[in-house]
Amino acid sequence: MIEVQGLTKFYGDFQALKGLDFTINRGEILGILGPNGAGKTTTMRILTCFLQPSAGTIKVENYNIFDHPLKIKSMIGYLPESAPLYGDMLVYDYLAYVAAMRGLEGGDKVKRIAQLIDLCGLKEVVHKAIHELSKGYKQRVGLAHAMMGDPEILVLDEPTSGLDPNQIVEIRQLIKEIGKEKTVVFSTHILSEAEATCDRVVIINRGAIVADGATASLAREFGGGAVVDVSLYHPAAQLVAAALRQVAGVERLEEFSEVQEGLVKMAIFSKEDKDIRPDLYRVIREQGWDLLDFHRRAETLENVFAQLTREN
Amino acid sequence: MSGALTVFKKELKSFFFSPIAYIVITTFLLLSGWFFFSTFFLYNQAELRNFFSQLPIIFAFIVPAVTMRLFSEELNSGSFELLSTLPLTDSAIVMGKFMAALTFIGLMLLPTIAYAFSAALLGDLDWGPVFGGYFGALLLAGAYAGIGLLASSLTKNQIVAFIIGMALCFMLTIFDRMLFFVPERVLAVFAYLGSTTHFQNISRGIIDTRDLLYFLSIMFLALYATTFVLKEKR
Repeated sequence: MIEVQGLTKFYGDFQALKGLDFTINRGEILGILGPNGAGKTTTMRILTCFLQPSAGTIKVENYNIFDHPLKIKSMIGYLPESAPLYGDMLVYDYLAYVAAMRGLEGGDKVKRIAQLIDLCGLKEVVHKAIHELSKGYKQRVGLAHAMMGDPEILVLDEPTSGLDPNQIVEIRQLIKEIGKEKTVVFSTHILSEAEATCDRVVIINRGAIVADGATASLAREFGGGAVVDVSLYHPAAQLVAAALRQVAGVERLEEFSEVQEGLVKMAIFSKEDKDIRPDLYRVIREQGWDLLDFHRRAETLENVFAQLTREN
Repeated sequence: MSGALTVFKKELKSFFFSPIAYIVITTFLLLSGWFFFSTFFLYNQAELRNFFSQLPIIFAFIVPAVTMRLFSEELNSGSFELLSTLPLTDSAIVMGKFMAALTFIGLMLLPTIAYAFSAALLGDLDWGPVFGGYFGALLLAGAYAGIGLLASSLTKNQIVAFIIGMALCFMLTIFDRMLFFVPERVLAVFAYLGSTTHFQNISRGIIDTRDLLYFLSIMFLALYATTFVLKEKR
């Protein structure tokens, strides 16, 4: 549905985007991930025709952002980061204004506004000025703004930033709900959020794509295996490490600096999907070490993210 | 076009939601009223010429104060991002805001019709120049509002927008009085650039296409430049 081709953006001398290529399919919830300043917002601003790229293009259903910006704008609902709304307007007036902009009139307008007030939970603040609202409510008004024209595509820039945990859960549920019918593109730097909501994830670092894939497969693909956390009592950590490294399937061993005299804590990374716990445990039992903690965790998106975006 | 109309309605409404509108209107009525009536009885003539002759200089200060927030505020708060990702063109945004400013100035001028009626009570008022004067005042306001809008699109800071707009409008206003600095050969060209003479012609009731063309081309140039600035921001 959306095709991003060789997207490049310069701000003066600074190159914010270095030729991004990816596609977004219809009905997909796509998460754009990346550390601060990676180019997430810039990408979204170009997609919503707010900025123009220095090179490359985006096509939305064969409409080009250069030739048909109006057509694309009418297909996209956009919520910028921190929802910069008109503070002096009342919530209802603002929604009516956006409805008029989206070409709604008369009965349709009133109906759609009522629908969105219900959907976004704005009932209590409808007659308040926007600058009086809390951050969470502002975000919801912003969401109502984005959904007003019943757009095919929703673009949300960090929709949950600055919200309290309950509101975050609410917004995520809302995104999932909308994502059943519409295409949703949203950016975040909270990884658990992406894991919980997205079908697919694109990770951007310093203006370039470092990973692109289904949320479930991405962790496996880049992490490639699992991690076993071990802690046990032993005076010589070196000895333990040397013994455990011999176990078949162990790729890498990360020792945590001594937390406490005689306590050894380490993370053991395995190469393949094969479970190395039985082999590890056999060694520990043969040595007669006092085992405190022993468990396996799957490679999470968090590890992948850290690995891909770490400064080199 | 419906987009421009929506912008127009929203802007006109928010003029009256902010205190600036009332401050500007009060200042305008005080200034113009005082300038007019302080000398009105000395001339012993029922006419508004004195009121209209002061308008260019008053407008040079008042109009940029009306237009200063139109883009600067949006650029500062970031709401411009929301506005320009709604399905409407830049020129629709500019036209909507311009018409809102012009309408606001029209409403600001409305109470001064009382001056005309007071003059008509006291003597035999010739209504021709009065209508000409108001027509010219709207043209002048349009030209200055265009310049003010351009200034507002240049900066996030309303004060800076006001000062740029005021400086430009003030320059156009006093151009006619600075002509003695200009070499004789290019005098005609420079004489055409000042706004005061053109305005005085119309406010005498003489509608000349040259004067109309002057104001309309300033409006067009300023508004075109504004859409250009908005485009360049991308």
